[in-house]
Amino acid sequence: MIEVENLNKSFKVVKREAGIGSAIKSLFNPQYSTVQALENVSFKIDEGEIVGYIGPNGAGKSTTIKIISGILVPDSGKCNILGYTPWKDRINHVKNIGVVFGQRSQLWWDVPVIDSYNLLKDIYKIPEKNFKNNLQLLTDTLDLSPLLTTPVRQLSLGQKMRCEIGASLLHDPKILFLDEPTIGLDAVSKVAVRNFIKTINKEKKITVILTTHDMNDIEALAQRIILIGKGKILLDGSLLDLKNRFVTRKTLTVDFMESNEDIHIPGTTILSKSKERISMSVDLTQIKVSEVIGLLSNKLDITDVSVDSHPIEEIIVDLYKEYKI
Amino acid sequence: MRTYYSLFKMRLLKGLQYRVAAIAGVSTQFFWGFMYIMIYEAFYSSTSTPQPISLRELIQVIWLQQSFLVFIMLWYRDNELINLITSGNIAYELCRPIDFYNFWYAKLIAQRLSGALLRCFPIIIVASLLPYPYNFSLPPSFISFVLFLITLTLGLILVVAISMLIYISIFYTMSGTGSLLIFGVFGEFLSGLVIPIPLMPEGLKKVVYMLPFRYTSDLPFRIYAGNIGVHEALIGILIQFFWIFILICLGKLWMKKALRRVVIQGG
Repeated sequence: MIEVENLNKSFKVVKREAGIGSAIKSLFNPQYSTVQALENVSFKIDEGEIVGYIGPNGAGKSTTIKIISGILVPDSGKCNILGYTPWKDRINHVKNIGVVFGQRSQLWWDVPVIDSYNLLKDIYKIPEKNFKNNLQLLTDTLDLSPLLTTPVRQLSLGQKMRCEIGASLLHDPKILFLDEPTIGLDAVSKVAVRNFIKTINKEKKITVILTTHDMNDIEALAQRIILIGKGKILLDGSLLDLKNRFVTRKTLTVDFMESNEDIHIPGTTILSKSKERISMSVDLTQIKVSEVIGLLSNKLDITDVSVDSHPIEEIIVDLYKEYKI
Repeated sequence: MRTYYSLFKMRLLKGLQYRVAAIAGVSTQFFWGFMYIMIYEAFYSSTSTPQPISLRELIQVIWLQQSFLVFIMLWYRDNELINLITSGNIAYELCRPIDFYNFWYAKLIAQRLSGALLRCFPIIIVASLLPYPYNFSLPPSFISFVLFLITLTLGLILVVAISMLIYISIFYTMSGTGSLLIFGVFGEFLSGLVIPIPLMPEGLKKVVYMLPFRYTSDLPFRIYAGNIGVHEALIGILIQFFWIFILICLGKLWMKKALRRVVIQGG
């Protein structure tokens, strides 16, 4: 459905030191440097997938989204999305896609939301019946009805984001690109947006690609993640793969009836120990958590057990460290 | 076509949202209208030789200029388009299934039309009620009225074709100020909005007639005033078509080039 092959894109950036002197100098002799935003980026995405596209700031996430949505022209590379090359058949291509840029607005600032929707209806030539159905569905699932008649400038950020997402789905796109859709939203709105994305993915089989810095988004939504750093794809796989590959330790905490038993299990290191509680880090490459519990239960009268894996955020930070990005 | 119609409707709605701005605009135009009329009255009463345009004709031109100001002024800008480019919000426009040049063209036409619709009628009505010789009156004949309507419409198309070039230049300069100022000042002068073209020296007149600017406003207004006859008006219409064709082709080519090197500002 989406095939991207060896995309390259570089930007020319003006360089100038701070201050008036260098401002004048750069007026006559501007200095440029080239930033390689994307380097041989390739991936393939199938219909109905939700893909989380993650990476630190400036890694090239938004640039990729902009290229595959037909906005930017890459320096080289191939891309085939539903039979079109985005930057060559822009008009045909964009009919199939919906885009939300979390930091920008596609709604007209001064007029009520519904006027913007009506304009989009005419721009995309959406048949009246489809438009009504979609609007109904969006109003119900995103709870838009009180917002539609309000001018956009009077909406809160969360309300606006819901309207933005609604706007990108009016024309039944087959692919949805979300560039940081939950940026700046509170917890409730984030959950609402996530649930909505899940719903439309399931019910309408819309393929979703989202970039985000919020790992909860990824955990809640993405079956697959693509990690990019400094313009290169570093990892492409499921969240589970990622965890299996990078989560090699778990923390096991056990409560037990008072005991002074000496505990030593190979493959574990004890983090803390008292008369009624022990906390240990388990190296999963050497021993399974269940085996450790088994061994412990032979010696102790266990009352409670809890197992904690590292939160995904820490995994990502570790990954960034590992790849030095 | 529906797209462009609803775009226009959107603009009109937006314009109506800000009524006070429209009222303020109307009163400003009256102030300017009276000022110009007083200047030229002083000029005409101190000269004894007959001028190529009579004061009465000139007054008609001045009222038309004031009421259709938004139609014809090159400096009348669409901040929204400029912001789209400089802030990077153009990203959204680029993911719509539309021809970019046509879409912006329609936006600009809509902006000028809606602006003028809100302002021209109050000015025309009040100016018609003024005492003679300062009042705005009917054109000399029905045919010159029809020719006026045709040339005014073509003039609008032409002025937007010129201003499209200004907007495309912002892709390169990232600021509308320079292009707008240069086009605005020169365009205004060369369209006869500062000094009426009939009062210009012969040499300058020749230059002005060779450029597209005077065909946006000077031609239709002088036709209405009766200063330009039917024959000259028809030739004028042909020249209008010529310039529209040339400038739109130029704009489309340039736009295509600009979009290939577009950079979305601001991440």
